[in-house]
Amino acid sequence: MPERILVQGNESIGWGAISAGCRHFFGYPITPQNEITDFFARELPEIGGVFVQSESEAASAAMLYGAAAAGVRVITSTSGAGWGLMQEGMSQLANAELPCVIVNMQRGGPGQGTTRHAQMDYLSATRGGGQGGYKTIVLTPASVQECHDLVQLAFHLADKYRNPVVVLGDGILGQMAEPLERSTIEFDPLPEKYWTIRGMGERDAETHNFISCGQGGVIPVLPYTSYGAFLQRLEEKYQAMSADEVRYEIYRIEDARLLMVAYGSTARVCQEAVDMARAEGISTGLLRPISLWPFPTDVIRQKAASGTEFLVVEDSLGQLVDDVRYAVEGKSQVHFLGILDRHLPTDGGMILPNRVLDEIKKVS
Amino acid sequence: MTEKKELVYTKPELKLGYGWGHCPGCHHPIVEKLVCEVLEEMDLAGRAVGVAGVGCSFGFFASINIDGANCAHGAAPAVATGIKHALYGKPLVFTIQGDGDCAAIGGGYVLNAAARGEKITIIMVNNANYGTTGGQLAPTTIMGQVTSTTPHGRNAGQGYPIHLPELLVGMQGVAFTARAAPFTPAGYLRAKSYLKTAFQRQLGEAGLTFVELLSACPPNWHMTPLEAIQWMEDKMLPEYPEGIFKDSGGEQ
Repeated sequence: MPERILVQGNESIGWGAISAGCRHFFGYPITPQNEITDFFARELPEIGGVFVQSESEAASAAMLYGAAAAGVRVITSTSGAGWGLMQEGMSQLANAELPCVIVNMQRGGPGQGTTRHAQMDYLSATRGGGQGGYKTIVLTPASVQECHDLVQLAFHLADKYRNPVVVLGDGILGQMAEPLERSTIEFDPLPEKYWTIRGMGERDAETHNFISCGQGGVIPVLPYTSYGAFLQRLEEKYQAMSADEVRYEIYRIEDARLLMVAYGSTARVCQEAVDMARAEGISTGLLRPISLWPFPTDVIRQKAASGTEFLVVEDSLGQLVDDVRYAVEGKSQVHFLGILDRHLPTDGGMILPNRVLDEIKKVS
Repeated sequence: MTEKKELVYTKPELKLGYGWGHCPGCHHPIVEKLVCEVLEEMDLAGRAVGVAGVGCSFGFFASINIDGANCAHGAAPAVATGIKHALYGKPLVFTIQGDGDCAAIGGGYVLNAAARGEKITIIMVNNANYGTTGGQLAPTTIMGQVTSTTPHGRNAGQGYPIHLPELLVGMQGVAFTARAAPFTPAGYLRAKSYLKTAFQRQLGEAGLTFVELLSACPPNWHMTPLEAIQWMEDKMLPEYPEGIFKDSGGEQ
């Protein structure tokens, strides 16, 4: 039996990394994810790992770049303005094809915004927020257990594709406590990391490895013979992710004429709203994306084609709703409930189940 | 009778066959050569991992047979930190950065790596302007120097040159700082000796080590290579004197 402990989502992120064999964390404190930074500072030295407090989130990303290039599993976490600072580094990580896990426990923006929960980094996470149009898989947990499990999946997918993977949580998820069963998840075998820079002697090699985040100029950056060949490789990788890594969960979807789409802590609110609606005889269900990129476009498109309407609930002015509208292609109604529908106008406000239920009744 | 020929000069074994890839009269290839020679003479090639910045050093480790990387502009000290800690301090880790990369956009990274006392070596190549982008103002541009963004010469309104080896002396995490101008045989030997000491101090875990190397940039200075060397002697060396500014000795 796995050990069962009561922890916050933030700490669960940390346990997930340790379960995945990660022993390296580089990061900078920012609310509401400080428990993650504190967790690694406390736990990693106990098990022979490394914790370094960076001077900025830009530096965190650069330290990840170095550690990933050296071939170890490495993670950082941030939120809000720190997420913004990290974008350049994420673009470099994507170009250099360095596997690592970056956690964003979202807070309210833009700018310094608020230290409290929100879901306002969806677009920058799913669209490659830094320069140059890269892609990263974005996984989004909705429970403390899933924080732990998806961090492990994130490490696996990062190594599988040689690409950074984002875990997109939020302040509520980070701060709420639930039972967690710790265990190491078994995944398929991974490709060997033949490309690492550890010192040629350390690798027992006669020729060097070179990690580059650029492909221009006169000196070839093997294995790519040209910038075009490099872009071709990225395209193939992104296509493979799109084809194979779509993940979502459905809840009471079978006869639903109105389907809610929500992720993270907001999906938990919607799940409760589904039960409340069903108790009143309203046939509604929930589709919860677990991968935000790649997005479960096909299942939404199929449902739209058969006449299902959608209610997107997210704690922002509207970002996820764009992906749902794209999937629906105008063939059905897409309703929206967002951050302006919180129960309080302060940064402590939330979209509560009874508000979602009201909206379900209004649009059903 | 055939004349017996003796090989008296060749490129270092670590230098790969991609050519030197820099402008005529540039001293970056001298830096490449002396780095290779130091690694060979200290038998450290198998243990070394290099990190290059953005600018004229970007391809440095593509053409040297040691493990290496380039990275985001200015971030090399943080990347070096990641490598060093990932491997629990085992490798010799050093950066090659230009003056803009190291002292402008990367200034914060240098200062904080120094504050943490990272066991890495930073090599900054100072050519007093931005070489790759066509000769703009650098933090190391000297007073009165004409660049494409100081067309009337740098004046006080545009600030003053930065001297990192001198600046870092006061930091407890720093074990060694020095500057050399490897464009004369004597300067070349000084540079090698400084770099060797820096590597020794790093391996002795004494702290962060920093070596600045002066370089010409004839195309952007609008000079011939010989005029550029003369200008370095007349203008750069008085501003950026050679020497060791701090040496904490062996281990921390």
